[in-house]
Amino acid sequence: MASKKKTDAKGEPRAARSTARSTVRTAGDPTLDRELLHSMLLQRRFEEKTGEAYALGKIGGFCHLYIGQEACSTGIISQLRPDDYVIGTYRDHGQALVRGITPRAVMAELFGRIDGCSRGKGGSMHLFDRHTNFLGGHGIVGSHVPLAAGVGFAIKYRGGDQVCVCFMGDSVVNIGAFHEALNMAALWKLPVLFVIENNRYGMGTAVERAAAVDDLHRRADAYRGLDGILIDGMDVHAVREESAKAIKRAREESLPSLLEVQTYRFRGHSMSDAVSGTYRSKDELDEYTRLDPVFSLRDAMLAAGTLTQTEWDEMEKEIAAIVQDSWDFADASPEPPAGALFEDVLVDTTS
Amino acid sequence: MPIITYREALNQALREEMARDDRVFLMGEEVGQYNGAYKVSKGLLEEFGENRVVDSPIAELGFSGVGVGAAMVGLRPVIEFMTWNFALLAIDQVVNSAAKMLYMSGGQYNVPIVFRGPNGAALQLAAQHSQAFESWLAHIPGIKVVVPGTPYDAKGLLKSAIRDDNPVVMLEGEMLYNTKGEVPDGEVLVPIGVAELKREGGDCSIITSGKMVLVAMQVADQLAKEDIHVDVVDLRTIRPMDTEAIYTSVRKTQRAVVLEEGWELCGIGAQVVDFIQRDCFDHLDAPVLRVHQTDVPMPYAKTLEKLAKPDVAKTIAAVKQVMYRS
Ligand SMILES: Cc1ncc(C[n+]2csc(CCOP(=O)(O)OP(=O)(O)O)c2C)c(N)n1
Ligand SMILES: [Mg+2]
Repeated sequence: MASKKKTDAKGEPRAARSTARSTVRTAGDPTLDRELLHSMLLQRRFEEKTGEAYALGKIGGFCHLYIGQEACSTGIISQLRPDDYVIGTYRDHGQALVRGITPRAVMAELFGRIDGCSRGKGGSMHLFDRHTNFLGGHGIVGSHVPLAAGVGFAIKYRGGDQVCVCFMGDSVVNIGAFHEALNMAALWKLPVLFVIENNRYGMGTAVERAAAVDDLHRRADAYRGLDGILIDGMDVHAVREESAKAIKRAREESLPSLLEVQTYRFRGHSMSDAVSGTYRSKDELDEYTRLDPVFSLRDAMLAAGTLTQTEWDEMEKEIAAIVQDSWDFADASPEPPAGALFEDVLVDTTS
Repeated sequence: MPIITYREALNQALREEMARDDRVFLMGEEVGQYNGAYKVSKGLLEEFGENRVVDSPIAELGFSGVGVGAAMVGLRPVIEFMTWNFALLAIDQVVNSAAKMLYMSGGQYNVPIVFRGPNGAALQLAAQHSQAFESWLAHIPGIKVVVPGTPYDAKGLLKSAIRDDNPVVMLEGEMLYNTKGEVPDGEVLVPIGVAELKREGGDCSIITSGKMVLVAMQVADQLAKEDIHVDVVDLRTIRPMDTEAIYTSVRKTQRAVVLEEGWELCGIGAQVVDFIQRDCFDHLDAPVLRVHQTDVPMPYAKTLEKLAKPDVAKTIAAVKQVMYRS
C-alpha cells in the first residue's frame, strides 16, 4: 500500500484517492510502538496548548499548527542519527520536538523569550537548534529546499555518511527553487530526503487547483536517480518503512529521494484561519479525523493488547505535565533584553 | 611590485584562499571547464578538481541556496554570478536566507559565504545587462557589501571576504577585469569597512566606489591641470560604510560630489549626502551634488548610452559647480 502507486485522475472523491487506510498497523514491538505513540501524542498535546497560548495572546504573529501530520515527523525523524540534519518550513513545531529540542525551549521560543531555542529572535516559524542539527524553520515557501541540497553537498564534500531530511508543504512542488534543487541533488547525487507533506492544501488552495501534476511524488520522474515514493502519512509505520529505505539509499549510496507523505491538517492553515473554512468541507475534515494518526495507533495497540487503558491514561498524564511545564517555563523566562536587538546581525569579526 | 590585471588579482585571491583552506570552494555557471565567463577562475579546476570548482546548471536561485546550505554546516562557498543582473533570480537566497540566518537563529547559524560577480554596465549591453545594484544590496542588514575598484583592492577584499564569517557580497566590473595595477604576490588583505583616500587634494571631495573610482581619478588628473585639487575617497566597502573617512575629507575640503554608477533615487549617494549633512553641516560651503546614471533603463545605441552613464565630464561639471567655478 504504502509504496509507489499511481493515484487516480481527477474526479474521484479525495479519500478514495488517498493512500490512507482506516486501520494502521502496530509494529509488533510494543516498546517501539509506545515510543512512537508518545512522540506523536507529545506533539499533539503540545500544539493544543500552543493554540490556547495563542488565544491568550502569549504567542503572536504567524503560528501554524501541525496537528494531524504527526506521523510524518515521528516516522522519519525517529530513524535519524544525532549527526544527521533536519530542515523544514514555518510549520515546524512537530519536527523540532521529535528531533529533540526540549518542549521548554520550543514553547519559550513561541512566547518570544530569551530561553527559546532561537533566543526569542525567530518565533514559531524559525525554530533552530545547533545541538540537534535542526537547521531551521524557513518562512519563504520553497526557499529552504536548495539549502537542503547544500547541506547534502557539504556532507558529500566532506565524505560523510549523514543524511539531510528536508520537510516541505505540497505547494512547494510548484516553485522553481524546488526543481532547481531536485535537479542538482539528482545530478550530483546528494544524500537528501525531500519530504513533501501533502496535507492537500496550500493555505486555501487544493493541490489539484495548483499543480498540473497532482501526483506529487511523480515530479521525481523528471530527474534521473531521484526516487519518487508515495506514502500513507496517517500510518506511522508506513512512514517509517518507506523512509527507512530512502534513508539507507542516502546514507549508503548518497542518493536523493522524493517522498510524498499523504496527510491532512486538522486545524486551519494558521491561527487566523478557520478550522474547516471556505475551501474544504466539514465532512471532508471529519472523514480525515477518523484517520487520526495518533489515535489510530493507540486503538490498534489497545486492540492488539500491547497497550492498556491505564497505560494510555498514564501517558496522557505524563505528557500533560511536560506540556504544562513547558508553558510555566516559557511564561517565567525573561523577554530578551533591549541590547539583544543589535546582537547577531553579523558575527563580530572586529577582534 | 608586480603589475597585474584585476582579473588576475581575483584569480590569485581565489587560488591562495582555496589552497589555504579546504573548506573554500567555488560554484557557479561556467567556472570550471570554461575557466569562467570572464576567466576569473582560469586554471582553478585543474588545480583543485571538480569537487571544489563546481560547474552549476543555470539555476541562480538553486545554486546560491546550495551555497547557503553548505555554509550553514561549515563550508565556505564562493558563489560566482555570471553578472549581478542574473543574481536577481537568486536575491531571495541573499536577502531572505543568507542575511537573516544568524539573526533568526539567535546567533546559532552564521553563513560564511561570498556572492561575487560583475555589476553595472559594460559597453552597449543594453537594458537587462547593464545594471548597478549597490544600493539594493547595501540596504540589507546581515550582509556586507564590498566594491573593489583596483586590482589591489580586488585581491585584498576577496581574500578578506572569503575569511569573513558573514555573508559578503562583492561587486566587480566587466570593465575592470582588464585594468592593471600593482599587487604584491601572496598575502594582501584589505579590511572590510575601511575606505581609502586614493588621491589627496584640498579643494573638493569626490566620494565614490567601484568602477567609478577610475572615473574619479581621471577627473582628478584633469582638474589638476586647472589647479583644482580633489580628494578621491574610495569607499571600497558600501556596508558597513566608513563614515569617518567621508567626514575627515569633507571637513577638510568643505565641498563634496558623490559619484556612483547606479540610479539616483535611493542610491548610495543619497545615503552619503545624508551622512554628510548630519555630521558636516557647519563645514559645508556649497550643497553636495551627486553624479549618477540618468533615470532610464540603459539604452543600446552608443550615443544614448554615453548620455545615460555617469562620466568624467559630468563629474568635472559637478565639482566646478560646488566650487562656484565655470
Ligand atoms: C514564496 C512565498 N509565497 C507565499 C507565501 C505565503 N504562504 C505561507 S504558507 C503558504 C501555503 C503553503 O502551503 P504548503 O506548501 O502546502 O504548506 P502547508 O502550509 O500546507 O504546510 C503560503 C502561500 C510564502 N510564505 N512564501
Ligand atoms: Mg499543504
